[in-house]
Amino acid sequence: MKRIETVFAALKARGRKALIPYITAGDPHPDHTVGLMHALVAGGADIIELGVPFSDPMADGPTIQLACERALVHGTSLWQVVDMVAEFRRSDARTPVVLMGYLNPIEARGLEAFAAYAQKAGVDGVLIVDVSVEEAPEIAPRLRAHGLDCIFLLAPTSSAARIGAIAHEASGYLYYVSLKGVTGAATLDVASVAAKLDQIRAQTALPVAVGFGIRDAASAAQVARIADGVVVGSALVAQIQKHQNEPQKLPDLLTRQLGEMRAAIDFATSPVMTR
Amino acid sequence: MIYENLPDARGHFGLYGGRFVAETLMLPLQQLEQAYNALKNDAAFRAELDRDLALYVGRPSPLYPAERLTRKWGGAQVFLKREDLNHTGAHKINNTVGQALLAKHLGKTRIIAETGAGQHGVASATIAARLGLKCVVYMGAEDVQRQSPNVYRMKLLGAEVVPVHSGTKTLKDAMNEALRDWVTNVDDTFYVIGTVAGPHPYPMLVRDFNSVVGREVVTQSQEMLGCQPDALVACVGGGSNAIGLFYPFIGNDAVKMYGVEAGGDGIETGRHAAPLSAGHPGVLHGNRTYIMADANGQISATHSISAGLDYPGVGPEHAWLKDIGRVTYVSVTDDEALAAFHELTRVEGIIPALEPAHALAYAKKLAPQMQREQILVVNLSGRGDKDIFTIAKREGTELM
Repeated sequence: MKRIETVFAALKARGRKALIPYITAGDPHPDHTVGLMHALVAGGADIIELGVPFSDPMADGPTIQLACERALVHGTSLWQVVDMVAEFRRSDARTPVVLMGYLNPIEARGLEAFAAYAQKAGVDGVLIVDVSVEEAPEIAPRLRAHGLDCIFLLAPTSSAARIGAIAHEASGYLYYVSLKGVTGAATLDVASVAAKLDQIRAQTALPVAVGFGIRDAASAAQVARIADGVVVGSALVAQIQKHQNEPQKLPDLLTRQLGEMRAAIDFATSPVMTR
Repeated sequence: MIYENLPDARGHFGLYGGRFVAETLMLPLQQLEQAYNALKNDAAFRAELDRDLALYVGRPSPLYPAERLTRKWGGAQVFLKREDLNHTGAHKINNTVGQALLAKHLGKTRIIAETGAGQHGVASATIAARLGLKCVVYMGAEDVQRQSPNVYRMKLLGAEVVPVHSGTKTLKDAMNEALRDWVTNVDDTFYVIGTVAGPHPYPMLVRDFNSVVGREVVTQSQEMLGCQPDALVACVGGGSNAIGLFYPFIGNDAVKMYGVEAGGDGIETGRHAAPLSAGHPGVLHGNRTYIMADANGQISATHSISAGLDYPGVGPEHAWLKDIGRVTYVSVTDDEALAAFHELTRVEGIIPALEPAHALAYAKKLAPQMQREQILVVNLSGRGDKDIFTIAKREGTELM
């Protein structure tokens, strides 16, 4: 069984939900990324989404745009990001890592070369934000051929037909974007998310993680009650931004921040609370 | 040769184009495509558009015989398609009138636009004022500095100009920001893209609205000359004025076509904005096309004296036309464009924008290689009033 599938199966068996933190690789400096990944695991991460910085992150809000800029100042490249995963794997063989980014940096290196290199490094999945399901047939099978799960986004505006088509191309899990807008945007309407999740689950058995708009333990707990996984990105990246000049403090800060979400999620989904 | 009617149903021009966007943008793009397909052949919509083009934009624009320039250059007879005489002073208004009409039919109350030099921003603000729509224009913070007269024009027209501070603070970043706004405010907002780039259906939509330019040239050439041109020359940034002129001629192999990119300081210096001449295929702003990017796939900063050509991508249809060899893409440097700017100003009494000055600079090389009975049409896509500050500064002239 692949790592992502194993994690969701194990969580399900224990009635738990996945906590999926996102950070941008190379932010605030490439030397810190692997340490921060371990800190996220210490804080309770089940899966790590590692952002590949891009000069033109058109689906991201200001927080992650700035993270990309900080990473690119140090020249963080796709190959370096994959190398970071390889280094992470030396001391963590269990936690799945999903690379999240945009198509151009991957194509610049060649899709095949990337897929082979990522597989060798121990990358588990790839989420290419700007690859729509229409464009996926030329791309996704070549990633899957190297054992990489292809994670796709679903949106509040995705029709039933699109949900079906996307679920068909996807493996690992689906990432439901809980609101209209870019990453780091404001509000979360739990009731409408729940309704959409029902619609998605009617069409697929894949786990569904929910992201966008989850900024603290309370919103993480709300989402955990209805989703299979909770993705938290901008809130962590904002913490990195705030302490970019004292990076030695960041591992503890991220562990604590994520730990609070972990505790809130586990409490909200414990058998007593969901009875 | 028979050319396919492109784009295909998925918005592809051969290998290029398509819809490389986050899932959040797919529904609005599909809705736009459906609305456009329903309206484009609707008689009432066409009539309204034609009326606007005639009475508001001032179409048709003249096909002007540049006799003194022809004598000076020697060779082909040079004609200028006078898009500079349109309302707001450039071809950009052809597209904004069309898209704003679509916005109105879709019941949208707010339009957003990206702009580099400010011409598309001004054209968008203009049509928004006329239709009573709220208008927000995204503009790179660098360009806001460089193009302050146009910023003021947009504000006079009631638009809000939002400086974009991310990335290189230029056109490409303004486009990213406009896409982010659209995805957030899609219920009431229509995104008026200014060039033939972006995700499908924009490259098709913007081409169709601009191809009135080429259709007029077909008619005018027949009426004035009794024949069709032998060669067409247009500048290419995103490529909207060029595709507007070229599109009606694509199936006529007797007509040679030349797209002129911004060579900046020279292709060999790396400081240019010529993805077709010196870039490679990649994905930017929702479509696959030729782009300028480094070995790691990060989009490169571009350089051109002309803000309107200062863009690291190009419309996907141009990428296709390059690969099939139907259009020849070349580049000229800042200095060559500047010389052509002065030449047209002095010889014909027409101050061209720096963008079509690139087309003129190449036409100057091409005309002497052609026969005297041959016809060369240059798309004079905009007037140069907006550029006088840039030129004065570069040439060390103090204004005011």
